[in-house]
Amino acid sequence: MTMTQKILAAHSGQCQVKAGQLILADLDLVLGNDITSPVAIKEFAKLGKDSVFDKDKVAMIMDHFAPNKDIKAAQQCKMCRDFCEDMDITHFYDVGEMGIEHALIPEKGLVTAGNAVIGADSHTCTYGALGAFSTGVGSTDMACGMATGKAWFKVPSAIKVNLTGKLRRFVSGKDVILHLIGRIGVDGALYRSLEFTGEGLSSLTMADRLCIANMAIEAGAKNGIFAVDDITLDYIRTHGGAEPVVYTPDDDAEYDEVIDIDLSAIEPTVAFPHLPENARTFGEIGDIPIDQVVIGSCTNGRLEDLQTAAEIMKGHRCAKNVRVIIIPATQQIYLDAMEQGLLKIFIESGAVVSTPTCGPCLGGHMGILAEGERAVTTTNRNFVGRMGHVKSEVYLASPATAAASALTGKITSPWEVMSI
Amino acid sequence: MIYKGSVIKYGDNVDTDVIIPARYLNTSDHAELASHCMEDIDTTFVSRVKQGDIMVAGQNFGCGSSREHAPIAIKASGISLVIAKSFARIFYRNSINIGLAIVECPEAAEAIAEGNTVEADLDNGIIRDLTTGREYTTEPFPEFIQKIIENGGLMASIAK
Repeated sequence: MTMTQKILAAHSGQCQVKAGQLILADLDLVLGNDITSPVAIKEFAKLGKDSVFDKDKVAMIMDHFAPNKDIKAAQQCKMCRDFCEDMDITHFYDVGEMGIEHALIPEKGLVTAGNAVIGADSHTCTYGALGAFSTGVGSTDMACGMATGKAWFKVPSAIKVNLTGKLRRFVSGKDVILHLIGRIGVDGALYRSLEFTGEGLSSLTMADRLCIANMAIEAGAKNGIFAVDDITLDYIRTHGGAEPVVYTPDDDAEYDEVIDIDLSAIEPTVAFPHLPENARTFGEIGDIPIDQVVIGSCTNGRLEDLQTAAEIMKGHRCAKNVRVIIIPATQQIYLDAMEQGLLKIFIESGAVVSTPTCGPCLGGHMGILAEGERAVTTTNRNFVGRMGHVKSEVYLASPATAAASALTGKITSPWEVMSI
Repeated sequence: MIYKGSVIKYGDNVDTDVIIPARYLNTSDHAELASHCMEDIDTTFVSRVKQGDIMVAGQNFGCGSSREHAPIAIKASGISLVIAKSFARIFYRNSINIGLAIVECPEAAEAIAEGNTVEADLDNGIIRDLTTGREYTTEPFPEFIQKIIENGGLMASIAK
């Protein structure tokens, strides 16, 4: 069995499962946000239950349109707040405590290796970086999960991604995942697991791994999962996570295919509009002027991302007429960035720094694009209209590339700015 | 169950952001969501869709976000069935869960043209293009999925 299959077998009380089999799995965590939870709460109400299956295993995080962007968003957050109070939900995170859910949940130690997690948000696949099975679902599945602590799954087959080598300077997990999606396409892993393994893992930080697992969905994958090593275990311990259960793939685990990636060959990579698979490296990019830069999101709003951006922006001014928006993904990251002097660097360079929110990533608030405008962003999707007007354009890139572009006003390689 | 209607057709990788843009996700009201369905790729959809119409699309339909608002908007707009070459997995699951009939049939999705009249018998896995007279076969829905759709969604089905 693959890592994913072993976790699903353990959570459905079976010794063995195989690809294609339908199973009912016990869940360690069910989560939702301020957009998907209201629909789930309405569905939950249809069951007439007065409690959730386990008040410690449901998480609700107000991050998408919070702090409330308008009256309707305020009503949605209020509905979640009231529900969590009624149900005595332990892990309800509102303004002041909240962060972008997929940065906050690992930081709070709410997921550990070997867990099975569903979340009503497609980027729930992020926690695969911790060696968990974790997948995005809709609001009805969330409602069912809150009520029963279970979800049905079709056991996925898998693609093995074998990593070798070591990333070069100013190249990060974002470049790796954009490269991979560019190779296999936005449906290249449809319904399947992406299992990341190989000796190259040891050079990837948790921020890199969380970023890579986060975008597994952009290749259509059911989940992305990383082999657990000392870096994972150290992260889980540091963040107070529960005792990890480590699953390794069997020697005879079946994979649909094996993809080899030499990390040392990865270059700064940018995904052009309007699909994440439109990956290009700087030899094929040319002069593309930009209007906005966003550094943040569940993909790249972690402390390491801000440190990289600050290293590039320190002592320089952002290009005139480029709006640079930096969004630490959680309150803790915000505080750490402040204490490390990163916020000062950003503000002195002409950037704005925001409280945690998903905001601009999905065209919600805090940085919407006008007709014809272009943005370089560290977010995860560049679909038509994703960040605003249907005739605006989103270019996906790493924090290093976004920071370099902020300084020049056009899409720029960090290697060029840092003269490597 | 038999579905019959005229076809509205789209291409590959229709994502949930164009099915229902995030700027409208500050509500979960079905009629309001339907009033903005598809508007970022087709501003005419809302005015021309009729009750019972069938949506036909290419590969990876519904990719992107997990927003259940996407199949809700399609269903509430009057679409009775979506036929595609393939579906993104969260969208597939959400559609079944809310009682929107969807079926994968690459041949039908390729051949059926905009405006044609189509009749689909999903219990028996048959799709007929009444305009051209061509017939396509697909995997019939398992019984538990038929029940969920007939009951109007997973929760209604559990409650019964």
